[in-house]
Amino acid sequence: MAQTVFAPWEDPEEKPLIEFRNVTKRFGEFVAIDDLSLAIYSKEFFALLGPSGCGKTTMMRMLAGFEDPSEGAILLDGRDISGVPPNRRAVNMMFQSYALFPHLSVWDNIAFGLKREGQPKDKIAARVDEMLRLTRLNKFATRKPHQISGGQRQRVALARSLAKAPKLLLLDEPLGALDRKLREETQFELMDIQEKTGTTFVIVTHDQEEAMTVASRVAVMDEGRIVQVATPSVIYEAPISVYVADFIGDVNLVRGTARARPETPSVAAEAVAGPTAPEPAAAAAVAPNLAAPEQTASERSAAEAALPVDPRAPQPNALGEWLHDKVLFPILGRRKPQQKLLPAPSPQERATSDRPQTAPPRDAAQAKPAPAHADDPDALAGGGIVIDWAEGQPPVIATNGDAALDGKPVVLALRPEKVSIGKAALDMPNTLRGKVIDIAYLGNISTYHVQLADGSMIKAQTANTRRLSRRDITWEDEVWVGFSATAGVVLEE
Amino acid sequence: MSGDGLDTRHRGEALRKAVLIAVPYLWLVALFLVPFFIVLKISLSDIALARPPYMPQLDLSAGLAGLRDFFAGLDFENFVFLTEDSLYWKAYLSSLQIAAVSTIITLLVGYPIAYGMARAAPEWRPTLLMLVILPFWTSFLIRVYSWMGILSNEGTLNSVLLWLGVIDVPLQIMNTNIAVYIGVVYTYLPFMILPIYATLDKMDSSLLEAAEDLGCSRTEAFWLVTLPLSKGGIIAGCFLVFIPTIGEFVIPTLLGGSDTLMIGKVLWEEFFSNRDWPVASAVAVVLLMILIIPIVLFQRNEQKQREAEG
Ligand SMILES: Nc1ncnc2c1ncn2[C@@H]1O[C@H](COP(=O)(O)OP(=O)(O)O)[C@@H](O)[C@H]1O
Ligand SMILES: [Mg+2]
Repeated sequence: MAQTVFAPWEDPEEKPLIEFRNVTKRFGEFVAIDDLSLAIYSKEFFALLGPSGCGKTTMMRMLAGFEDPSEGAILLDGRDISGVPPNRRAVNMMFQSYALFPHLSVWDNIAFGLKREGQPKDKIAARVDEMLRLTRLNKFATRKPHQISGGQRQRVALARSLAKAPKLLLLDEPLGALDRKLREETQFELMDIQEKTGTTFVIVTHDQEEAMTVASRVAVMDEGRIVQVATPSVIYEAPISVYVADFIGDVNLVRGTARARPETPSVAAEAVAGPTAPEPAAAAAVAPNLAAPEQTASERSAAEAALPVDPRAPQPNALGEWLHDKVLFPILGRRKPQQKLLPAPSPQERATSDRPQTAPPRDAAQAKPAPAHADDPDALAGGGIVIDWAEGQPPVIATNGDAALDGKPVVLALRPEKVSIGKAALDMPNTLRGKVIDIAYLGNISTYHVQLADGSMIKAQTANTRRLSRRDITWEDEVWVGFSATAGVVLEE
Repeated sequence: MSGDGLDTRHRGEALRKAVLIAVPYLWLVALFLVPFFIVLKISLSDIALARPPYMPQLDLSAGLAGLRDFFAGLDFENFVFLTEDSLYWKAYLSSLQIAAVSTIITLLVGYPIAYGMARAAPEWRPTLLMLVILPFWTSFLIRVYSWMGILSNEGTLNSVLLWLGVIDVPLQIMNTNIAVYIGVVYTYLPFMILPIYATLDKMDSSLLEAAEDLGCSRTEAFWLVTLPLSKGGIIAGCFLVFIPTIGEFVIPTLLGGSDTLMIGKVLWEEFFSNRDWPVASAVAVVLLMILIIPIVLFQRNEQKQREAEG
């Protein structure tokens, strides 16, 4: 595969193939598309993702010419196309229902658009045969649509819309009617065809896995607006809102109040918010904003790991710590050079600066997090925030949180696969104790639903690399779940 | 569950199926085959001044001899007679022609109406459908009579045209074939509209969008997609108009003139004016034979339609 990076959206010189400029579409009083702007580039495989009724089909229909925007303009190749009827647009659509002509054979269905162009017969035949080959339908050329299977029908619809070699192909939930296995195969077929023909594809789907699999970029929509446009991995790893995080994939949402963390990585400071229930050692009450002398086993281990210091050496006590943070640090600077982590990316950065994709990333759904930040418990950095989120639970450390969020309600979006689970205490900055309520076994992975002492649930996921008999965690087990200080994404409520 | 129970259930099911199948067959036998054989029998009899006005009669009290006498008395005389008098085959041909022409006119009038209904806003469609069916609520005879009031020389149409100054002398429409065509088209229009409307209504509107998307203008999309897809409804409608029109008697009698020749009218005259039941029955049997061809074709069309959908 070519390793040239396909990311025209990052190139300011690049002209978009399609541009929505402040498009609003109203049906009577109802606003279906709300002041939407969007650029789609040539050769992209662009996915519109959103719940039913959010306006995906309406956007497609405006592109195809079946609806006109109430306000704003849609540009194709820089030209405003409002008012251009569907039959004069270099855009073809593959309909959600396929819309194959039942009275015509497969061959005639594919030839339909070509015949309208008045091309010579032999040229039409050659093109149709090429399309039949591309979609592996040669054997069915003479059949009528009702004589072939759903998957074959879907390929006829695709071949028919591709036959005219449109600049832009619109696919409205093209795979909705197929069963899972066929759908996955067809997704790869679509990507293959998209690469071979170099056509720009815009696909509508409400299936996030499908969008992640096929698309170079995904636009997540909600009620006629676009919430986020980014590559699948950015959408997954760095959602800009709770809505996006919740819509894409499985996620733990930890709601709480942010508290700025001291710049110096004093571990003791994390344990302030009251006793950590599961550990008897942590029972001692502590003054707010001052370090607790006692630490939980996990915190201690995290602390030991975090400090590149001999644990036996004298350490500043709580007062010294406080003095340093509030008085000395601003004047004298850091106590000692720290192995400092990168600050959390800003939303803009996140939306654009992800590791660029080579066109379409097939393994996006399984992609490992970009190691942009040292995701290593051995290097718990200072700064960031802690989140007080539940009575009787230790606050959650998020060093990638913005300290400016101090005092604000926040949500930590935490993917289950970033949460570890074990029967013994885990060596991680954030550990919580609970009981396994449910296990969703999916063959390759298992998701453990762990109930914490306060009743809240956390999902942890592990890859099932061992055989079933050797997995030791089961229902009702007392377990630890843990995650690094950068595992989650801190989002403002 | 025991095997016995299963067996009983199977038997019960088989019985239920047999009953279900028997119902339409009984219907067919009682209401079609029995009357047909009675008419066929009369057509093979001879006219007689008696009551009923034909012979032989089956005398069952005479036993086997009676049965033999009965069958000896049947012959094909009346059918031979039909071929000898040119009136009959001319009437058949004229009926076919009038039926064919009125079917085409009904199609040309009915299709746009059905199309308009299918394209109307969904909330209007039940009302429009109602309007199409509404005439059935009044007697067919009364409706044809009112056409006499409209079409006659002193009728509404001529009065209006005279008043408007379009014509100076009343148009002679009444008692011509034109009046028959008007009557037939008016009467059978719903039978054309309803099946066409049904196919158009079922048609997926995204097919037209797909056609436009692939480069058709609206008009091209109509000829290439809408019309071929409503073929089933067109054929059904045509048969539903054509078949009853061939045997039509009321309309040509009331609206047609002396030169309007239709087999239904001939049949009526043989039966009631001449009281020649055997010839009238022969005319009816031949008419049925003629109609069987389009009826079979119609059935086949329906079958194909169902297969294409299933
Ligand atoms: N022709 C129409 N008239 C009125 N409302 C419409 C029309 N088309 C779509 N809508 C409304 O616009 C919203 C978006 O619809 P659509 O684009 O079909 O959503 P989806 O994202 O499921 O494809 C829906 O709430 C729908 O009811
Ligand atoms: Mg839709």
